[in-house]
Amino acid sequence: MSEKYIARSSAIAARMLAGEMMVMNSADSTFFTLNEVATAIWQAADGHRPLSRIVREDVCEKFDVDPTQAQADAEHFVAELASHGILVVSDHPIVANPTPAGPTR
Amino acid sequence: MSLMAEVGQKAFNLGVPLAIHLDITYRCNERCVHCYLDHDDHGELTTAEIKDVLDQLAEAGVFFLTLSGGEVFMRRDFFEILEHARRLMFNVKVKTNAVMIGVEEAERLRGLNVDTIQISLYSHRAEVHDAITKLPHSFERTIKGIEFLRDQGLRVTIANVLMTANLADQAGTQKLAADLGVHYTLDPTITPMMDGDMGVLALRIPGEELREVFRNSALVPNQDEFCAPPPPPTEEDLEGYSCSAGHSFCYISPYGDVFPCVQFPLPTGNIREQKFLDIWNFSPQMKEVRSIQARDLTTCSSCSHVASCTRCPGLAYMEGNMRGPSTADCEKSFYRTGVATANMLRLGLEKPLSGAPRIPLIQIQPAAEVGALRG
Repeated sequence: MSEKYIARSSAIAARMLAGEMMVMNSADSTFFTLNEVATAIWQAADGHRPLSRIVREDVCEKFDVDPTQAQADAEHFVAELASHGILVVSDHPIVANPTPAGPTR
Repeated sequence: MSLMAEVGQKAFNLGVPLAIHLDITYRCNERCVHCYLDHDDHGELTTAEIKDVLDQLAEAGVFFLTLSGGEVFMRRDFFEILEHARRLMFNVKVKTNAVMIGVEEAERLRGLNVDTIQISLYSHRAEVHDAITKLPHSFERTIKGIEFLRDQGLRVTIANVLMTANLADQAGTQKLAADLGVHYTLDPTITPMMDGDMGVLALRIPGEELREVFRNSALVPNQDEFCAPPPPPTEEDLEGYSCSAGHSFCYISPYGDVFPCVQFPLPTGNIREQKFLDIWNFSPQMKEVRSIQARDLTTCSSCSHVASCTRCPGLAYMEGNMRGPSTADCEKSFYRTGVATANMLRLGLEKPLSGAPRIPLIQIQPAAEVGALRG
């Protein structure tokens, strides 16, 4: 299975509210709030680290989750956000990442 | 409750400033007859100061940022400010008259993924619009700006302030928005000048005509519900608050003054002297605004409209008491439902008091009369 690389789209707005990340795509006004685990993945979406490594380092090591289930959930989550243009997904590292630095809060 | 409403309620409960309106200038290329601003520059925030404010707002948790004025394009650094705001990942709405927007500006706004552009347009007739803005050819230029923005795929909303001068043109303006393929909103609220001058209130549309606006099905689709007599207020209603001003929303002027809202000129601090969060969290004035529940309102707490009234604490403040009635909203509640307000009953009035004597500031003939003259 090939690796997936993910980066935040430059079209989005985002901010943390009480531990949950609010994300909105201005193109279609899609609005999401991400739970703590999804927020961790989203914040790690810098285009450089593969998703499997993000899940291992930013999810499994920090949250009490089953690694296999976490990887499946992460792939589902990434596919959904990508379908709304909130995440960019590639089989290769996304070098020219236009993504602004993710908000820390 | 929608997800957006849930988030708004959460921010309200937590006291997080979810939305901010930042005027980056009061300078303007138009001189609208109803405008409440002093357009001279009395020491605007510099580019660096605005960027610092934006950094602070992002840190404070602000998500929705409205950049407005004055006319935002009067600042040569507007795009630098906007780029910084988007780098900080705000959801940005821009309010403008679009007079200075050409293809290049529209492309840059698209490239920066601005959420919405709200554009002031007062009529479908150039002579009426230009008479209100006092800028010759502003109608033509604004329409061109709207078309450039629309063609970029941006979300454009025409905002029409309804007043005596353009009341007859409401339907035509709404149709023009539809023909242009953009959204349309209208607001019948005329705000006193920031220096307290009430003369501009003469432009407010008369109550009887306000009633017609509320009963216009093209504007109010759910009239039975919207115009229904208010149900008796509950205990929960009396524990409620007027609006988000000071709770999850505030306003920052081009000079760094922080207020609870755009039309609530109660000074709470200045970001040139204090950090934004210190003002937001600790200003005694902000805390006072935040503390006022419906049950604390003089007169309004005993009003049958208390749960459904759009009572604006800022307009009430400008009338002398932030806990008191706002005449403009008393008018709206009465003409919307036909039910007298507590303030009217207290004063023994059959109709609400108007904010000021109505002296026409400009003279524009209604469309029908113009047509008749031409015919």
